[in-house]
Amino acid sequence: MFKKYDIIVVGAGHAGCEAAAAAANLGSSVLLITMNMGTIAQMSCNPAMGGVAKGQIVREIDAMGGYSGIVTDKSTIQFRMLNKSKGPAMWSPRAQTDRLRFAEEWRLMLEQTKNVDFWQDTVTSILTKGNTINGVKTSLGIEIKANAVILTNGTFLNGLIHIGEKQFGGGRSAERSATGITEQLRELGFESGRMKTGTPPRVDGRSLDYTKMEEQWGDENPSKFSFTNTEPSKLQRCCWVTYTNTAVHETLKEGFEKSPMFTGRIKGLGPRYCPSIEDKINRFAERDRHQIFVEPEGWNTVEIYVNGFSTSLPEDIQYRALVKIPGFEHAKMFRPGYAIEYDYFPPTQLSLTLETKNIENLYFAGQINGTTGYEEAASQGFIAGINAHQKLKDQHELIMQRSNSYIGVLIDDLVTKGTDEPYRMFTSRAEHRLLLRQDNADIRLSPIAHELGLISTSRLEVVENKIKQSAELVNFIKNTSVEPAQANTMLANLGTSPIPHKVKLINLLSRPQVSINDLRTYNEEVNKKFETYSTETLEQAEIIVKYESYFEKELEIVNKMKKFEDHYINPAFDYGTLESLSTEAREKLSKIKPRTLGQASRISGVSPSDITVLMVHINS
Amino acid sequence: MSPTFDTIIALATPSGTGAIAVIRLSGPEAISIANKVFRGKDLEKQASHTIHFGTIRDGEIILDEVLVSLFIAPHSYTKENVLEISTHGSKYIIESIIKLLIGEGARPANPGEFTLRAFLNGGLDLSQAEAVADLIASGSKAAHQLAMQQMRGGFSNELKKLREQLIYFASMIELELDFGDEDVEFANRDDLKNLIFQLNKALDRLINSFEQGNVMKNGVPVVIVGKPNVGKSTLLNALLNEDRAIVSEIAGTTRDTIEDEISIKGILFRFIDTAGIRITQDVIEAKGVEKTLEKMKQAKLIMYLVDPFQEFKEIELHLQEIAVPDVPLMLVMNKSDLLTNEKKIEFNSINPLYISAMNLAGIEELKDEIVHKVNLHNINTDDVLVSNIRHAEALQKTQDALERVLEGLDRRVTSDFLATDIKQALYYLGEITGEVTTDDLLKTIFSKFCIGK
Repeated sequence: MFKKYDIIVVGAGHAGCEAAAAAANLGSSVLLITMNMGTIAQMSCNPAMGGVAKGQIVREIDAMGGYSGIVTDKSTIQFRMLNKSKGPAMWSPRAQTDRLRFAEEWRLMLEQTKNVDFWQDTVTSILTKGNTINGVKTSLGIEIKANAVILTNGTFLNGLIHIGEKQFGGGRSAERSATGITEQLRELGFESGRMKTGTPPRVDGRSLDYTKMEEQWGDENPSKFSFTNTEPSKLQRCCWVTYTNTAVHETLKEGFEKSPMFTGRIKGLGPRYCPSIEDKINRFAERDRHQIFVEPEGWNTVEIYVNGFSTSLPEDIQYRALVKIPGFEHAKMFRPGYAIEYDYFPPTQLSLTLETKNIENLYFAGQINGTTGYEEAASQGFIAGINAHQKLKDQHELIMQRSNSYIGVLIDDLVTKGTDEPYRMFTSRAEHRLLLRQDNADIRLSPIAHELGLISTSRLEVVENKIKQSAELVNFIKNTSVEPAQANTMLANLGTSPIPHKVKLINLLSRPQVSINDLRTYNEEVNKKFETYSTETLEQAEIIVKYESYFEKELEIVNKMKKFEDHYINPAFDYGTLESLSTEAREKLSKIKPRTLGQASRISGVSPSDITVLMVHINS
Repeated sequence: MSPTFDTIIALATPSGTGAIAVIRLSGPEAISIANKVFRGKDLEKQASHTIHFGTIRDGEIILDEVLVSLFIAPHSYTKENVLEISTHGSKYIIESIIKLLIGEGARPANPGEFTLRAFLNGGLDLSQAEAVADLIASGSKAAHQLAMQQMRGGFSNELKKLREQLIYFASMIELELDFGDEDVEFANRDDLKNLIFQLNKALDRLINSFEQGNVMKNGVPVVIVGKPNVGKSTLLNALLNEDRAIVSEIAGTTRDTIEDEISIKGILFRFIDTAGIRITQDVIEAKGVEKTLEKMKQAKLIMYLVDPFQEFKEIELHLQEIAVPDVPLMLVMNKSDLLTNEKKIEFNSINPLYISAMNLAGIEELKDEIVHKVNLHNINTDDVLVSNIRHAEALQKTQDALERVLEGLDRRVTSDFLATDIKQALYYLGEITGEVTTDDLLKTIFSKFCIGK
């Protein structure tokens, strides 16, 4: 019934969809197996993409030819560029999306991608031949052969849902869990662990009183995620902000003795940065209120996502607490919040290509690796899809660098340090944050994607043109003079000091108060010149002029680290013979098998002296 | 221990003839090699940290009666088998024994190789290893104390405290950046400024102590000026009490620059006599004046050495010419036994110290005066001091980064750029004590602040 595929992708969430698309676009034949064709690219938690650090990841995926950015643009109901008041490295696109449209767009795009086949079924085990993957077996008893398999099981592996004292098997609200795979992988020598995550209740928007909440609109001139020619959303929906209070907290506390979190029924570790509401009031008892974001789930639905109110307390407690929130007095609940425990595999069992070290041509991506978040999952799927294809076709592997992308930071962190709580990206995880901006994701990554064959030459040319034009514009700004008489009125209006004599434009633009658009107002000639450039080019030139010295300093550090990052270590190197290493370092190095001295230095428990020892021995 | 290491040998006590000498072996074969030439107990059967009397024989010839100390791995300085042979301090005996042991399979150690092994075998961290190198090289009691203290980790502790404060500071800023969208408290800029001022004060102290630490390690620089043939070399010899510098009656015998290290009352001094500082007829020699001035500025003391054959007026004039702000100046009259009473009355007005280097007269008083003038007694060796140039540089870079943070706060730059400089400061501190990871920052954030939607 089935041909032998190059690659089987198990699971059709963010990771699985990007994996299937990337591998298929590179030319591999792909079978995407999902338990339910109706829930491809389902947003299990909040209907939003991007945010601080995560928005940068989506931009990176998009720059390399992934679909997440395009799908998001097509389903956006509100767009905001977060952190606009901070420096450009912090600008982070975030979109509220229509949950149903998002899934629909993903399915449409996959259906239009050559080489992707679909099959609705549950994978119960993998097939191996020696230490190499050979295919999968499904709950219908079908064996499907493939040269590579990518597991993107999300929260489904032995998923266990908790609401108060009730608990039942499930991978997501109203969906079955998947069993068998964890047990088999453990037999094959994999280590597994338990993690926990949660989601808030959904309510009926018609039952809320929005006059008691603060409105939160999107940007006036919304931007978008994709570097392709998608359209920014013209219409936008409003979101709202409200707050809990002590009455809400007191009600929630009544349910503490039935909380699966506090009674110890939940064993898995949850994310500290995405705590449940009961966790917040328990750990930060001194705070008498917490923010609640009221977010619509789409254009054509009244369903509301109560962001900030993730909980696994009994549903009646959830309800009684909700109605004490201003604006929620008459709230009707659609679905209760719940916590879910699931299996993950400590990602230190992977190499930087996301291939497992135990079984050849088996790849893991997404929550199975202990991450959380759609964007983190999508990027892993994307990289696993590429590497699965590359290896089968004897092409070079793709290892993303910490200095070229958040994706590189993510994978290096996972594989090198592992994680024991759901891993989420933060900008502070990226030591070269200043260079990994949403505005230059295309400049950073398009050449890599083009070389792989994931983006067209014409797309690369657009990027090259952006680089050329912004350089030209920077040059113009550096070399064009401006007289005091021309500029001083404008400078006074902007609240910055006048110029005493003729200066170059760059002198004005370097001031924090002056934007590139301000420069257009003082001189028609400058305005005319600027008009010939795209908004993106203008923005790029402005960022370069204002922050160049910082970027250069950062680049210097990148180059300084390069001697470690480029210092290759043979994966077969026997650390056991190096008694001068600490015992912990010896064990960790043998397990992680770092590719470079740089990676070795980031392993926890490997000290600077261990690295010095390694250097001495690798060089000798 | 590590199979890649062979057994090394070196003389552990200073070369030259002394009462006893210690020859040290380290490596897996240290004990078996020595056992082959040692006549006494079977060394391979003895416990660690024991001492054994016996003889070292080359065939049937007894080279010396010795004491052998055993340190069995890993309970030794290098964490390897270490064996120390105490012999009588004759050059001939030492050389013969070392040669004999090399013949049995030991290899002459490279400079610092024992310390390198201690470090590679995990016995010392980088900062401790450096301190040990300093300890070995320390030529005086003060430098020795300094190295000892650093080794005990006093330096690391002080930095650890600073670093913790800085990490808290950094995590506040990161909180603003990654969770600015949420209901979080922002870092109070005035508090941040205060913290940096405090940090800078502590860094200042450490950086300044480097100068003192450096002085103790490398010797207090004292520049000697004086006309040719006034007796500079003789004076140095008198201070040194040894025949090390060349003494000659012919002016200009002294080479262009001569630096002599002399320990006086437990403090190491470096006496610098440069050609440029030699005073000829009436003027300071034009040649190398700039270099001369530089040396004089760096000095802790300028000693002007004169003799009774010089004109009083000339000396008075020179005293003004060679005066450098903030550097004490000391006038020393050599050959004072040749001084006539009239001249002495004349000279008394400028209060020189009278000595006769040749007769060793007034030398003790001179030593007291030198120690008094350089005013080193305010250095408390119990204070944490930085004596390592690498550390001093890293501290300086930390401070530079913190200065940029202050500047940024004044210019109201956005917090992501503040964070860049703070992280750089942390990075440079980390160069001394170890890594700071972003995990440290996140841990602080999660433990102290309520965040997350």
